[in-house]
Amino acid sequence: MSTFEVRDLVKEFRLHERGGRRRLRAVDGVSFDLSAGSTVALVGESGSGKSTLARMLARLLPPSSGEVRVDGRAVGTGRRATRGYRGDVQMVFQDPFASLNPFHTVGHHLSRPLRLHSGRLSSSELNERVERLLERVALVPPERVIGKQPHELSGGQRQRVAIARALAPGPRVLLADEPVSMLDVSVRLDILNLMDRLKAEEDLAVLYITHDLATARHFSERVLVMYRGQVVERGDSDEVILRPRHPYTRLLRSAAPDPGGSDPLTVPAEPASTEVPDGDQGCPFRARCPHAMPVCSRRPPEFPVGGGHLTSCWLYESSTEENT
Amino acid sequence: MNTQPTFSERWSPVLTVRGLSVDYEAERPVHAVRGVDLAVGRGEILGLAGESGCGKSTLAYAVNRLLRPPAHVVGGEVVFYHADGTETDVFALDGEQLRRFRWNRLAMVFQGAMNALNPVLTVRAQLEDVIRAHEPATDRRERGRRCAELLELVGVDPRRLDSYPHELSGGMRQRVMIAMALILRPDVLFMDEPTTALDVVVQREILAEIARLRAELGFAVVFITHDMSLLLEISDRIAIMYAGRVVEEGGTERVRRTPLHPYTLGLLRSFPSLTGEPTGLHGIPGRTPDLAEELDRCAFAERCPYRREVCDGEQPPLVAHPDSPAGADGRVACHAHDPSRYGTAPPESLLRGEFRPIEESEVIR
Repeated sequence: MSTFEVRDLVKEFRLHERGGRRRLRAVDGVSFDLSAGSTVALVGESGSGKSTLARMLARLLPPSSGEVRVDGRAVGTGRRATRGYRGDVQMVFQDPFASLNPFHTVGHHLSRPLRLHSGRLSSSELNERVERLLERVALVPPERVIGKQPHELSGGQRQRVAIARALAPGPRVLLADEPVSMLDVSVRLDILNLMDRLKAEEDLAVLYITHDLATARHFSERVLVMYRGQVVERGDSDEVILRPRHPYTRLLRSAAPDPGGSDPLTVPAEPASTEVPDGDQGCPFRARCPHAMPVCSRRPPEFPVGGGHLTSCWLYESSTEENT
Repeated sequence: MNTQPTFSERWSPVLTVRGLSVDYEAERPVHAVRGVDLAVGRGEILGLAGESGCGKSTLAYAVNRLLRPPAHVVGGEVVFYHADGTETDVFALDGEQLRRFRWNRLAMVFQGAMNALNPVLTVRAQLEDVIRAHEPATDRRERGRRCAELLELVGVDPRRLDSYPHELSGGMRQRVMIAMALILRPDVLFMDEPTTALDVVVQREILAEIARLRAELGFAVVFITHDMSLLLEISDRIAIMYAGRVVEEGGTERVRRTPLHPYTLGLLRSFPSLTGEPTGLHGIPGRTPDLAEELDRCAFAERCPYRREVCDGEQPPLVAHPDSPAGADGRVACHAHDPSRYGTAPPESLLRGEFRPIEESEVIR
């Protein structure tokens, strides 16, 4: 059974502009499941709505409509429900330089959530729990790390502290919003490997939000591709990344650096983008799509293209099998 | 194995940096750049890679004479070679000479450049300002024509000349910045992380644009980034910096196929291939040394799986690799490649290109 279910989540922002108000649907009916011991990668560019989605899932932003269920139960909106929810669902943010308080020690960052979520603990119990957390994220020796302040740590080490803090309440779902994009290349893989190990060892359900197709492929079981607030393609990671179907996923794929891969530095042809009006009911990609057809002014449902791989594109309307 | 880049026969330098050192003045001065030797060939794209804090941006600022206190050059020289065979000692320029030289011969696109445009001036005003400052004799019509031409060159509709920066997308602003850098037809264009803040598709377009402009106009590019996968695609040659020094240098193909320095190996192993198998993916645990320290050892030693006694005792010189398959193509600063210093032949696994981190955990000292 799925640990975490997201159903038809929508976030609408009201924009006040010259000439009146308009609405922006940053997240437009997104549904997916996360299950224990498995990672789903959510791939999209800036403006795709992936961070808005993450903020709703972390309850930092109320959704306009839709619901989130944990273990099959819908989550209430009250303060107590939120605290219970945060015990189950924790988030790791993009920037470990901003997400840790520069005045507080590592020990302080970790003992606060422990005290909040685990009731009364004696100071020796607390200390032991903090040390154990640091060991789980491989920051050693713990007794030395505890007294450090963020500025004494490298970006990768800070992100480990942020992950340890997220683990403190004993969550079953970990939301990671671009957890390595602010870090030096040399430590990115270590952080991703760490999350991968935690996923397996602690049976965590992980949502890995990224713009990087290569790590999305290697560090997740399934991939969702988001464009303008909608999931346009989903399936097993190798399927989606190696055999993309949606024209948008194909564009992303051909733009991703792949040294030693085929022809370097070619740019996929893309028709000049025309504006799609607000409140448009059609395919969000059709203004940039080389295959746009009249039918694209209607919103495409998800069509199966084989092996649990789905894509929201009218090109695949009649396909039930392979179709490229 | 012949991995010499084919352009090497007609390679001639346009800029050479010798023994360049830069300090940031502080209670304990920070030695950010430590005796860098580097040459940029006419018309080549040289990739400069390294982690944050390795000195790559400081190096670019120093060469362009853009350092501001507390940073200052404490040693070394930079020579610019004009097409007619004359030379300019860049550090000897001052006042009016420097103003004329800068932006004319060396131009720079800064990190986060798309936010470097003045928000209250139109694109036209900002581009024309450069022409007015450097070529005051040009009349208004000529200036307008050149600006329109430039925008077209970088793939922006010239009608955008009268737009304000906020009316342009990030990619378009970045193209305007590139246009501004190219306005006086420089011989060397420094680009400091020019695509980092852009989306992949836009990033790709900008890179292709740079490669196309280089082919068309023949300027050299020093492309600075920590993203090795980008560098491998765009550069003719690559220089890897670590803790203020160049630790390896060579043709891109050679570096990709037979990296010599363990740090280069680590960097190359630290990003997964999009389409390849995920074998042996790991980063380089540990952190760069404190740059306030005088280093009389290899700066990478404490993170290096191939460390031996000599690595803690003396700093390896950056030298042509004696008898490696790489031959004359490149230089490396690593004791392990010199048996007389290392005490034994280079480890098989190093030659095979393996990088196994010494420590799986982050050890805090």
